[in-house]
Amino acid sequence: MTAEKNPILFGRTAGLSEKVNNFCPGCLHGIAQRLVAESIDRLGLIGQTVGITPVGCAVIAYEFYSCDMVQAAHGRAPAVATGLKRARPENTIFTYQGDGDLASIGMAETIHAATRGENITVIFINNAIYGMTGGQLAPTSLPGQITQTSPYGRDVKVAGNPIRVCELLSSLDGVALAQRVTVNSPSNVRKAGKAIRKAFEYQNEGLGFTIVEILTTCPTNWGLAPNKALGWLEDNLIPYYPLGVYKDIKAGE
Amino acid sequence: MGEKILMKGNEALAEAAIRAGCRHFFGYPITPQSELAAYMAKYLPKAGGVYLQAESEVAAINMVYGASAAGVRVMTSSSSPGISLKGEGISYMIGADLPGLIVNINRGGPGLGSIQPSQADYWMATRATGHGDGQIIVLAPSTVQEMADYARLAFELGDRYRMPAMILADGLLGQMMEPVELPEPIDPKSLPAKDWAVTGTQGKRKNNKVNSLRLAAQDLEDAVLERYARYQTIKETEQLAQLELVDDAEVVVVAYGAASRIVRSAIMLAREEGIKVGMIRPITLWPFPTQAIQAACKTAKAFLTVELNTGQMVDDVRLAVTQGLPVSFFGHSGGVVPTPTEVLVAIKKALAGELFHILPFRSKLEAGD
Amino acid sequence: MTEQLTQASQAQNLHVLLAGFGGQGILFAGKLVAYAGLLDGRQVSWMPSYGPEMRGGTANCSVCLSSDLIGSPIVTEPDVLVALNKPSYDNFVGKVKPGGLVLVDKTMIDACTLRNDIRFESIEATRLAEENELQGLANVVIVGKLLQATGFSTIPQLEIAIEKSVSEKQLWLVDHNKRALALGFEHVSGDDCKQES
Repeated sequence: MTAEKNPILFGRTAGLSEKVNNFCPGCLHGIAQRLVAESIDRLGLIGQTVGITPVGCAVIAYEFYSCDMVQAAHGRAPAVATGLKRARPENTIFTYQGDGDLASIGMAETIHAATRGENITVIFINNAIYGMTGGQLAPTSLPGQITQTSPYGRDVKVAGNPIRVCELLSSLDGVALAQRVTVNSPSNVRKAGKAIRKAFEYQNEGLGFTIVEILTTCPTNWGLAPNKALGWLEDNLIPYYPLGVYKDIKAGE
Repeated sequence: MGEKILMKGNEALAEAAIRAGCRHFFGYPITPQSELAAYMAKYLPKAGGVYLQAESEVAAINMVYGASAAGVRVMTSSSSPGISLKGEGISYMIGADLPGLIVNINRGGPGLGSIQPSQADYWMATRATGHGDGQIIVLAPSTVQEMADYARLAFELGDRYRMPAMILADGLLGQMMEPVELPEPIDPKSLPAKDWAVTGTQGKRKNNKVNSLRLAAQDLEDAVLERYARYQTIKETEQLAQLELVDDAEVVVVAYGAASRIVRSAIMLAREEGIKVGMIRPITLWPFPTQAIQAACKTAKAFLTVELNTGQMVDDVRLAVTQGLPVSFFGHSGGVVPTPTEVLVAIKKALAGELFHILPFRSKLEAGD
Repeated sequence: MTEQLTQASQAQNLHVLLAGFGGQGILFAGKLVAYAGLLDGRQVSWMPSYGPEMRGGTANCSVCLSSDLIGSPIVTEPDVLVALNKPSYDNFVGKVKPGGLVLVDKTMIDACTLRNDIRFESIEATRLAEENELQGLANVVIVGKLLQATGFSTIPQLEIAIEKSVSEKQLWLVDHNKRALALGFEHVSGDDCKQES
């Protein structure tokens, strides 16, 4: 470090573009996205990374990163990632997908990319609701959760039960890392960043499919102030979706 | 000049695609295109390429989208119901200006339909392969040799105009064997680099984005109009059709693919009877060869379109003809292949000045009614 | 004489329909006929019938040899019917063009044609193949007989066709195939099926 008078301790990561993001105030997408961008920067991967954005709140995130970007059809990001990775295995590929994109319309692509052990990293944003379309029931919405399309609360007898994605994928042999994190506090943000870096490292070692599920808030569609939303995440989401490592093929080492 | 060998259409197409520098194939099993995928599974790995059987047609076309975004020559193949599923991905490829070869070994439809030769997907291929305001290039082979030749042409046109290209064939062309002379192989490394591809910036350029989203209406219109201008260029310069005995023809039959083979036999029968009849065989279904049709209008008295459907391409023939010349139609659907004799009856009706749209009321036709 | 026959049958277009059970090697026999045509410099096509069932059903195969471009590769009115089982024989014998030929594997088909406008030839292809330790090659035996009966090509051309058509993994079968071909070609027709009206 140079002996500057006012050293910059925290700034925009080179993994992000200059574009200001469009996420709602208080939404945790901004932190998750920054962590991904920061990870590829810290690992020196910006020049070899191709990111894939979903359909959902992060649809235009191709504007927010400084690496090459692709926008995919709803749910198809893991298939698009497969095509990219098979064409250029030397590149680092990540998808960034919400719960509707990954666990509803794209579940087949998710599971099959995972079981094939595609060398890609999936960043899964789980906030238990469809954000961009205005707050509808998601595959991960909690039992009893009120959404635009479950106005009386999610009745599991009618709408079925939520899906725990990391638990589900952890049974597949192709998965190298499946870890659930959140970004509701500084220490959890650090843990999440570590998990994301680990996922990219595993990918570059050719170990297989890596997924980091990040529990986030949706203050706008949950109808809660950002700070209250953080509390709701703590009190409701985390108990149903426990944080932790569900699969790590290097865990024994 | 290479040696002529006997190959199935599906296999000749697959081999020619490899020789055109294609090293990536993503597909899903469906009859009657399976030989194509099987050939790729066998020979692509030997050529240093990737064959991957996807979990669905939907996934397969999105893998094509990804690999194309990465800048390589890539393809998928399927048959009608599977092409419906690929419609979404094809639309995204059009919207993101991505090349790629999609092979449709057309079978009878709608629904699960039949597995027999059919041309029921003409409208889907030329009008609406997916949602939105866009087109794809569509090539229609009629021999095993053309299955091989058009594979390369499809990759070249797709790369040149940055858009998907389709080979629309059928089970007859896919399953039959004919002599074929395979083209010389191209080394994929010798293909020009695509500066728009997402290959990683390597810190040397601004980042590339492959994307079909244009949220601002004006941005989308600009993109659509730019593509439209490209389509106009293609329409002016890339029309292809084969003309057979058209010069003195009073009746010009328009038929493509497998149907054109039956028509050729019918024309031979008609010529033996002294009937002046010829054929225009569209090779590019999109762009449709209107120039060839219009040129034939100077001498022809009537047009007859023969298709393996209830009348689809006939719309384009009607749009192309000038001077109010009559355009009649004869076809079979559901996977039934017409006989040359049936077509001959229809040719005679057209020659007699009748205007008709007939489907196989076979006994009626044979009675000369 | 053989040469004359060859020239005669090369001058005309030959539409052959080969039919039998799946597994009898119908498609392979058709491929030999087509390949020989290709080597003779003719236009050729080979077209299998195909259905949802993979094994055990009826299989047939259309082969066209022509001096002109081939229109439809589907043979509906064959000049020559090669039948390797009874259902195929029953199904197609009525469709053979007048003046055409029906060739049957007599081991499999105990039948004579009642049509007096077509030629009938038979050979115990399956039995001959088995007796000569060429199990499974009745299809090639009958191609040899077809050559003898029509002169559509020559033994040397068909031997090359065999070399081109036997899969790379089964190259040891080339000689077996050539022996089967010769067996059929040298077969002396009996008078076991006199044509009667």
